[in-house]
Amino acid sequence: MKVSEVFKFAAKSLTGHRLRTGLSLLGVTIGVAAVVMLTALGEGARLYVVEQFASLGTNLLIVLPGYTETSGTFGYGGVPNDLTLDDAQAIARLVPAARRVAPISMANDEVAFHERRRQVAVLGTTPEYQEARQLDMARGEFLPADDVDRGSPVVILGAKTSKELFGSVEPVGKIVRVAGWRMRVIGVLAKQGTKMGLDFDDIAIVPVATAMQLFNQTSLFRILVQAHAYSDLDIAKTEVRQLLIERHDEEDITVITQDAVLSTFNAVLGALTLAVGAIAAISLSVAGIGIMNVMLVSVSERTQEIGLLKALGVARRQILAAFLTEAALISSAGGLLGLVLGWLAVRLLVRLYPVLPASPPIWAVVAALVISVGVGVTFGLLPARRATRLDPIAALAGR
Amino acid sequence: MIKLEGITRTFQVGDQPVHALVDVTETIAEGEHVAIMGPSGSGKSTLLNIVGCLDRPTSGSYHLNGRDVGVLEEAELTNVRRHEIGFVFQFFHLIPRLTAAENVELPMIFAGIPRAERRQRVTTSLEAVGLAARIGHHPDQLSGGERQRVALARATVMQPQILLADEPTGNLDSQSGRAVLDLLDQMNDAGLTLIVVTHDPKVAHRADRIVVLVDGGIERRVRGDQIGEILAMLAEEDED
Ligand SMILES: Nc1ncnc2c1ncn2[C@@H]1O[C@H](COP(=O)(O)OP(=O)(O)OP(=O)(O)O)[C@@H](O)[C@H]1O
Ligand SMILES: [Mg+2]
Repeated sequence: MKVSEVFKFAAKSLTGHRLRTGLSLLGVTIGVAAVVMLTALGEGARLYVVEQFASLGTNLLIVLPGYTETSGTFGYGGVPNDLTLDDAQAIARLVPAARRVAPISMANDEVAFHERRRQVAVLGTTPEYQEARQLDMARGEFLPADDVDRGSPVVILGAKTSKELFGSVEPVGKIVRVAGWRMRVIGVLAKQGTKMGLDFDDIAIVPVATAMQLFNQTSLFRILVQAHAYSDLDIAKTEVRQLLIERHDEEDITVITQDAVLSTFNAVLGALTLAVGAIAAISLSVAGIGIMNVMLVSVSERTQEIGLLKALGVARRQILAAFLTEAALISSAGGLLGLVLGWLAVRLLVRLYPVLPASPPIWAVVAALVISVGVGVTFGLLPARRATRLDPIAALAGR
Repeated sequence: MIKLEGITRTFQVGDQPVHALVDVTETIAEGEHVAIMGPSGSGKSTLLNIVGCLDRPTSGSYHLNGRDVGVLEEAELTNVRRHEIGFVFQFFHLIPRLTAAENVELPMIFAGIPRAERRQRVTTSLEAVGLAARIGHHPDQLSGGERQRVALARATVMQPQILLADEPTGNLDSQSGRAVLDLLDQMNDAGLTLIVVTHDPKVAHRADRIVVLVDGGIERRVRGDQIGEILAMLAEEDED
């Protein structure tokens, strides 16, 4: 007996009971659609968070002056040594795990262009900062590479700062006053939003030496260290700490990582994936039980037919194959319908909420199909085996 | 050739054994037409089921064409049912969602016969029972007699040696019953071994011989044309 014949026989008995077949089809369809939608949502959320994280810059260490017991809170313990530009250069030279080192100095002050003035965060740093923080330029250039301790009078403005000061005038090449000092605008940042508590749209970035002179600072605000890879972060942290302790003769600095934040997100995402998986599993097994029910009804309703098949010399495994095929047909047809339905729902969702990059991951689509057929066949097995074990005489008599 | 020796079939109902067949010994030659009669509960259907390999005797031996059926595996019994035996039932047992042609085709599908040959045999079989015009009809569009004739076509489409019929006319009016019986006679004339279980003397009358079962044992064997004797005997029984 050919496979195609079994399919035809099974398909005929399914189409012979439209309502029953339709209802169990619906069960699988909803189950698979749910899997597609839930995983699409989960994946969307994950991508969203990952994107947000990527935009912060990755694998970052932050060195703060002052020692704190708990990393992440910035309380000063005693009077620390200055965190200097030399410290930053030493890290860049002596810590192999450090890929980029960006010293940072910070103050709040006024930026003015003619009569327009604006109070902004003034950040002094080096060219490395752009890569470490992943800052895109709207126009012009970031800080020049050769200006670590020279202190050129140049400034990069945030998107909003530039717009407020210049309106539609081209800002690059114009002279502004930063804390009263004349500086040439060499670039404007693209819109960035707020990252790690700093509004990069309303900011003025100057060379670190310039900032320290400007505000008469002797200590850096922070040193940003980017490790080569996530796995280098721990080594980098230890080495930076040891290096600075040696240079300062005491532990008067704190090194923190974005680790804590990252692992929190990891945990959240893990839980999300788990929950999505669990819900998907539940909805699919509900669908499976639906299939089992339908198949049980089908077997008991068709007892006489099964008795007849046995009297006609149909083998047990052929009867098993016929009923399993019915279950597999329901579940795979339901699976395909569910994919279509789920996909449409996801498309609708994306249209309504474009920020959420919701799309079902391939593994979920494949898994949903495989699981729905697997569930159908597994749950179809019990009724099908019951069918093969019927006593032909009793079955013919409808008992 | 069907050779039954000392066949006993006991059903266990609770802790009460029910002796449906007791020490039945009977030989039925190829091409014979045998009627099995007897009061209700005398074991007629049980005997037919054993002959048809749907049931196994509790003890005794059954040889079909020289082969001991008692030692056959389930799969081999399935094969025997598929190729050597045809069944006709009182309640037809057509599958309602399938057309007449598809019902007849069913045993051939599971036997793996190629489609073209199936088509041809379906047509031939339905023609033989006079239903060529009803090939695409569903059972609920057919009369009782027509349904039984479709069932007859299905039972013979695998070209078995033996046809077993349990009350084939039990659900038919006398005219359609006669049409079915004529067909059975015709097939028997063509060499098919025919065993018919019946209560109806008119049906039994057509047989070469009649086997009468009472309480699971063979009470008597007579020629088909001696049906009068049996009627008298059964009437006597009823008086007891
Ligand atoms: N599966 C079973 N379990 C228990 N007892 C059974 C079973 N099948 C048959 N019997 C009993 O065996 C006896 C013979 O049954 P059988 O069906 O062969 O009778 P029958 O001659 O065909 O009767 P009828 O003319 O009413 O069809 C009866 O007493 C019946 O109750
Ligand atoms: Mg009976």
